[in-house]
Amino acid sequence: MRRRAFPALAATLALAGCGGSSGATPTITVSAASSLKKAFEACAATLPREDVRFSFAGSDELAAQIRQGARPDVYAAANTKLPQQLASAGLLDRPVAFAGNRLVLAVPAGSRIAALDELARPGTKVVIGEPGAPVGSYTRALLARLPAAQRKAILANVRSQEPDVLGVVGKLAHGAADAGFLYATDVVAAGSQLRGAELPARLAPHVQYGIGVVKGSKHEAQAKAFVDSLTHGTCRQAMHRAGFEPPPG
Amino acid sequence: MRRLFGIAVIAALAVALVFLALPVAALFVNVSPGELLNRLDDRASLDALALSLEVTAIALAIIVVVGTPVAWGLATRRFPGRSVVVTVLELPLVLPPAVAGIALLAAFGPDGLLGDALDAAGVQLVFQTAGVVIALVFVASPFYLRQAQAAFEALDPALLEASRTLGAGEGRTFARVACPVAFPSLLAGAAIAWGRALGEFGATLIFAGSLQGVTQTAPLAIFAGFATDFSGALALSVVLVAVSAAILLGIKLVARARPAL
Repeated sequence: MRRRAFPALAATLALAGCGGSSGATPTITVSAASSLKKAFEACAATLPREDVRFSFAGSDELAAQIRQGARPDVYAAANTKLPQQLASAGLLDRPVAFAGNRLVLAVPAGSRIAALDELARPGTKVVIGEPGAPVGSYTRALLARLPAAQRKAILANVRSQEPDVLGVVGKLAHGAADAGFLYATDVVAAGSQLRGAELPARLAPHVQYGIGVVKGSKHEAQAKAFVDSLTHGTCRQAMHRAGFEPPPG
Repeated sequence: MRRLFGIAVIAALAVALVFLALPVAALFVNVSPGELLNRLDDRASLDALALSLEVTAIALAIIVVVGTPVAWGLATRRFPGRSVVVTVLELPLVLPPAVAGIALLAAFGPDGLLGDALDAAGVQLVFQTAGVVIALVFVASPFYLRQAQAAFEALDPALLEASRTLGAGEGRTFARVACPVAFPSLLAGAAIAWGRALGEFGATLIFAGSLQGVTQTAPLAIFAGFATDFSGALALSVVLVAVSAAILLGIKLVARARPAL
């Protein structure tokens, strides 16, 4: 037990900002939705003047951490609702939309499933995000637009509600599940393991990512610079390459 | 000098007590009795608690029934490669739960080593309650095995010798002498294995998934609630702590009420 406690303690202290204050380049901590992992890591590599440390998890879990007193410097979510909620609670500074994405039907690479109605067949194993996670709430918004019978049949086939997109990716990539709902960028990031099928445009929910500087950040300028790199700067390319769309408008 | 050490021991004890008890106490401070009652009325929480009790009971039964003879065999026999066997049996102790979950998928998942064989036999584990039991047995059994093996090794050899001289075979000695005498230690091992199983999270989520009433145990429900319903998650945590404390206390009382021969 004790062996495990020490690294955990060190990580906790580092997260609280007790670690990386040495040197000229401050380290900022970015709490970001799991679906942003590849794009943000590529983005951080292009930033000359700051070191960025990431904490990736479900957007809802990261928001809950902030509400419970965690203070990363930047918060980026897979919707705009959670950043807005944090802003109205006085925890986040003017969040902005910085990227768009598409919900797709994701299946293991070798699967023959190609369309939504095949998910309603008895015995099809479906995994979705849990309702609190953005991917789960987009999925439910999509299902709500289906005819009641089809929606019921698909929900009856749901075998697991995962905390974030990485959970859904894992279940599909290991062949544990037959189909799930993910962002288009997750399928790109999973490489040859997964295949995505586009959903009819009239059904697909509008996926928008929001980002903001956390109130009380000790490195506000660097945090702001990170956000700017995503909205106007060099990181837009990394986002584009990962398959994200520009924010609408 | 001697006195100084005594003070140091007491200081260390105080630090340990505060450090270990404070977070648990904080859970209780943060939950109002009303919230607690509310939570006990919540279907998802009740399903999660009931499932947790069910799967940990089944897992513990499997661990004790299979693990006790295994521990006896390891305690009474010397054979080549014995330490390798013991190490392999203890390996799940040092695996991070996420690794345990991935390992179980790689072994028993649909694409795993035994995937086709299990499928042919009509056995499904992933996304099933049976899968949760498998995950719990995997992560918790070493706790029981270690304790049981140590308990059998600590038995007075003269006692076992006497049983043999009186004509009892090994099976009879094991069942009528070794197990009753080692009973309090075996019980303690079972308690700690049960506690580990009750708290299991990572391997369950990765191997079995999370679905209310099927695979969503109390720790998974607490994790799901952390983001969306923090006070609810706190309340369920309090219930889980209270239930586990009651069961551990009960086991200690039973062990004390049955002194060794």
